[in-house]
Amino acid sequence: MARRGRWHRAMVAALAAAMLAAAAAACGSGGGDETPVLNLYYSPEENFQKVVDECNAEAGGRYRIEYQVLPRGADDQRTQMVRRLAAGDSSMDILGLDVTWTAEFASAGWVLEWTADNKAEAEEGTLAAPLESARWEGRLYAAPKNTNTQLLWYRTDLMDRPPATWDEMIEMSLQLKERGQPYEIITMGSQYEGLVVLYNTMVESIGGHILNEDGTKAVFDEGAVEAMALLQRFASAGVTNPSFTNAQEDDARLQFQAGTGAFQLNYPFVYPAMQADAPDLAENVRWARYPAAEPGQESPVTIGGFNLAVSAYSEHPEEAFDAALCLRSPEHQKFSAINDGVPPTIESVYADPEMDEAYPMKNEILESVRDGALRPQTPAYQNVSTVLSAVLHPPAAIQPEQTAEELRRLVQDALEAQGVLP
Amino acid sequence: MTSRAEAPTRAVGRGQRAEPDARARASANVRGERRLAWLLCAPAVLVMLAVAAWPILYSIWLSLLRYDLRFPAEREFIGLSNYATVLTNPFWWSAFWITVLITVVSVAIEFVLGMGLAIIMHRTLVGRGVVRTAALIPYGIVTVVAAFSWRFAWTPGTGYLANLVTPGAAPLTERASALAIIILAEVWKTVPFMALLLMAGLALVPEDLLKAAAVDGATAWQRFVRVTLPIMKPAILVALLFRTLDAFRIFDNIFVLTAGAQETSSVSILTYNNLLRGLNLGIGSTMSVLIFITVAIIAFVFVKLFGTAAPGASEKEKR
Repeated sequence: MARRGRWHRAMVAALAAAMLAAAAAACGSGGGDETPVLNLYYSPEENFQKVVDECNAEAGGRYRIEYQVLPRGADDQRTQMVRRLAAGDSSMDILGLDVTWTAEFASAGWVLEWTADNKAEAEEGTLAAPLESARWEGRLYAAPKNTNTQLLWYRTDLMDRPPATWDEMIEMSLQLKERGQPYEIITMGSQYEGLVVLYNTMVESIGGHILNEDGTKAVFDEGAVEAMALLQRFASAGVTNPSFTNAQEDDARLQFQAGTGAFQLNYPFVYPAMQADAPDLAENVRWARYPAAEPGQESPVTIGGFNLAVSAYSEHPEEAFDAALCLRSPEHQKFSAINDGVPPTIESVYADPEMDEAYPMKNEILESVRDGALRPQTPAYQNVSTVLSAVLHPPAAIQPEQTAEELRRLVQDALEAQGVLP
Repeated sequence: MTSRAEAPTRAVGRGQRAEPDARARASANVRGERRLAWLLCAPAVLVMLAVAAWPILYSIWLSLLRYDLRFPAEREFIGLSNYATVLTNPFWWSAFWITVLITVVSVAIEFVLGMGLAIIMHRTLVGRGVVRTAALIPYGIVTVVAAFSWRFAWTPGTGYLANLVTPGAAPLTERASALAIIILAEVWKTVPFMALLLMAGLALVPEDLLKAAAVDGATAWQRFVRVTLPIMKPAILVALLFRTLDAFRIFDNIFVLTAGAQETSSVSILTYNNLLRGLNLGIGSTMSVLIFITVAIIAFVFVKLFGTAAPGASEKEKR
């Protein structure tokens, strides 16, 4: 007994010593004046690590960026960041913000304003719409890294030229349907952000307003009501895919690849995917600008994309600004555009001949982004969007006047953060 | 608490016939013992206050504030208006009735299946250990993991169940079928738990009683309904209470399967959306408090109206 007890005690002592040593080692590596580590929280992008590595090499020991991959879903990304920022977490330095989050993060004081040289560099040559998405109350809070926009993809074996307006497209679809040919207009109609994007594009196209100028009041003016009528008309005309109300981006892509669609409204990622998965179909598919609501006008399409911001709780803000600028530099935007398919925010990148092959539709994208529209800018955007997608779904059930009345009330509550989120 | 207080009084009562001297000594002893009891309880009580009472009080306090983390400047005391906002909101009531539906249906199915499983486990003669282990596997799997496998199984393209009902359908994208799948996942997961609790009740039924009933000519069904069930009643009520409380707070299955789309939100999902996604501490805490109150009412109804007793207390009553 005694011997076992002594042996036992010795073992515990050894274990304790080992743990102490480990703890001491862990402390040692954290302190000292070594290279500051910048934690970059960004959504998953397959080849982005290469960009990070290049920036680390360029930094020459001034800083080292660690790419912390956020979850894939935009909601999950935001939830993680806002929760940690609300608690003042200092271990986040560079944040990849969706274009709709700028107002929220800026007004809460979670991200630093871009000023002086950093600001000038972030603005230089950057397209107007993406740049506007990084601003809040006239100040710049992020550097646009990439943008995104939807195009109209259509089948050349079914039509000679793409429709220019929604009504024309619905008309063409109905004619194809009568002739027993593939006719569906495929796009995203699930109850999520994609539905808000569709509605916002229609509102912008008609020239309506969801909120007032400074984003404090829910107006839903005549144009916004008209857009609801258009959305309802489209959803109930018998031209959509049966799963329209459940479709998100990738569902829409797969539906179109299945061959029942004549038109698809979706982001450019669908084209390389179609070339790989359905090459025969892809041969007959061309692209055009998104259809307008009214004839003779170009439609301002809602833009997406990501901006890079610096956390207000970062312990190395100066280095973080530098690193963010490096991550979104023209060369790196070109690299990401070619390798990960994300459209650049810097206009000159589009002119690069290397872009031609990977981006045959680059001119349409550039034009579309140039005329791009933003979603309502308000710190409560998340609330507004949640309410919008809940009330506008299913789109076929919209009753424009009544729905607008309901939305004016619910969105106003959402803006004041007083209502209940669905 | 009452049981603790009773024991010493009974001890004093028994000492009544002894001399007054001994009686005084006894009561001094009792006081000493009681002090010791409090001292021994103190750490546990303090921990309970810190981890349970304080958060509850804090969320009640938060529920009286207008407090959104994104607008810290607008924080103010607004009394009960958060409660008015939530209780007049259609989203809340939709989630509330969905939760009630899921709770009632899943607990009812779980009870029937759990009882069957309990009887099988109780009666098995060969390989009892294997049967019990096999039956408990679903309960041992982490809910989120199980929910993901259900989700993939019901997703067209990746799943083997998606084409089961109608080919090419996406059952998780329609309200009724999504709710059915949520209930299925919940039932699959917790039937073993129910069975385990009920099996403990089955063990209480004396074999002699059943044999006597059989001799008296009772059929198997009569023996079950007239003998087994009444004796098991305390165990059944405890099992139902535990499962009802659990089911009312359902979160992980729904979060993974539908994330509350197609109006399948439970009250917990709605609370999460407002508290963690919306960062609205006021409204979110109000919902938490309302869930707390509902759960308290459920427990009250079970304990007072149906006479459910806590497992320890029920044994005491029998004695």
